[in-house]
Amino acid sequence: MPKVPLRFSVNAEQKEIMVEPYWTLLRTLRDELMLTGTKEGCSNGNCGACTVMVDGKTVNSCLVLAPEVSGQEVLTVEGIARNGKLSRVQEAFVQEGALQCGFCTPGFIVSTTALLHRIPNPTEEEIRLNLAGNLCRCTGYDKIVRAVQRAAGS
Amino acid sequence: MGTFRYAAPNTLDEALSALAAPGESRPLAGGTDLIDQLRTGRRGADVVVDLKLVPELQRMVSDDRGLHIGAARSCTDVRDHAQVARQYQGLFESAGLIGSIQIQNRAAIGGNVCNAAPSADIVPALLVHDAIAVIASKKGKREVPLAGFFVGPGKTVLEKGQILLELILPAPAPNSASAYLRFIPRNEMDIAVAGVGSYLELDPATRIVKRARIALAAVAPTPVRARMAEMALEGREINDALIDAASGAAVQAARPITDVRGSADYRKELVQVLTRRTLRTCVERILS
Ligand SMILES: Cc1cc2nc3c(=O)[nH]c(=O)nc-3n(C[C@H](O)[C@H](O)[C@H](O)COP(=O)(O)OP(=O)(O)OC[C@H]3O[C@@H](n4cnc5c(N)ncnc54)[C@H](O)[C@@H]3O)c2cc1C
Ligand code: FES
Ligand code: FES
Repeated sequence: MPKVPLRFSVNAEQKEIMVEPYWTLLRTLRDELMLTGTKEGCSNGNCGACTVMVDGKTVNSCLVLAPEVSGQEVLTVEGIARNGKLSRVQEAFVQEGALQCGFCTPGFIVSTTALLHRIPNPTEEEIRLNLAGNLCRCTGYDKIVRAVQRAAGS
Repeated sequence: MGTFRYAAPNTLDEALSALAAPGESRPLAGGTDLIDQLRTGRRGADVVVDLKLVPELQRMVSDDRGLHIGAARSCTDVRDHAQVARQYQGLFESAGLIGSIQIQNRAAIGGNVCNAAPSADIVPALLVHDAIAVIASKKGKREVPLAGFFVGPGKTVLEKGQILLELILPAPAPNSASAYLRFIPRNEMDIAVAGVGSYLELDPATRIVKRARIALAAVAPTPVRARMAEMALEGREINDALIDAASGAAVQAARPITDVRGSADYRKELVQVLTRRTLRTCVERILS
């Protein structure tokens, strides 16, 4: 299968690369652009470890084909900190110790960033419902909920 | 992942040509069903034709026939549409409980319909609003009532080269409301054990049911209308006893299987409970 050119923006940087049309966005980010902050858990849309934003909306990058993002803006966890300074969401996850192994954290950071953009002061129920697409097998979620609340309040 | 070509045409005509070309062609909307099917080899494709850039499939407009929803519109778009929240409450509810935020941002209403899972959550809400499916192919367009769209699990009336263009939802009558409820072991990210959509239209003075629609998910090879229950309601004054009788009658439309999610008997029980609850919600919505 001949590769096809893909032009898109990743973390505010224009990229032009060659991709196989059947590659997922997840594979393209990790294996071609070496942006390995985005994780592969289930590969089928259930765990949220691969969450990135496409044109400002969260998606499971394992369920997006690379050529689908042509001309669009992709934001990964690597693009959330600015000039080496953690975002308030990242800072709150650190402060609350909202992780153990950390595998789910990039996805949670991206989903939380999008959530607080939509709902600046979510209730606990809203937090749990809106982050239901991100699974964590270590923390039991309570510290994650607290981190989101701390980020919302800061 | 199998290998395939990818096309993202900008016009309906190009999309239909690409899909009609020899070989195995697959329409792509949000990809939340299809991409996993391709990855695991449950489906193959020579070419995947992305429909999201075709303007007709993104149209969301109201006219004298009702609300037109382009088949590639995402659940998030549908839920954020003010008219949907106001006039098609069951659709609003079902679009908001598909998967997660990430899934809703991607999953299209037409993808839910065309994937034709017996458990598809959006379908009962569309059925109770008497949705019309507009099908397009190189030969032109035709319309079928959505109730006649499903053939079996994963099977629809669509043939190669045909796509679902849009759904038309007639404007609901005054003094009407709809609701959708499903049962799953957790609140999100699972497949319905059973789902029920209801629509009621009442005469506000007499409370006589002028029109009733009930549709069931995950309890038959395809989504089904519960016509006996609808008949039990129409022409009678709505009250708890009537709702109970109709909920019992709804079970007659269910031909459930026993699987890991629930036994056939449990599913029948759920149909009864969910029918009762959705009908009560409709009544509350109409009278409030
Ligand atoms: C984690 C997860 C959770 C989910 N939760 C739910 C849930 O709670 N409830 C539920 O009902 N579903 C759920 N789903 C299933 C899926 O998200 C929905 O069925 C969704 O609506 C499919 O839409 P899509 O646009 O992603 O479809 P796609 O994957 O793009 O397409 C689905 C099928 O329809 C065909 N198709 C798409 N558009 C057209 C068209 N216009 N004309 C002809 N054929 C077309 C495709 O070729 C494919 O066969 C879930 C999926 C995942 C991965
Ligand atoms: S890897 Fe994409 S959701 Fe799990
Ligand atoms: S910290 Fe280990 S999965 Fe969340």
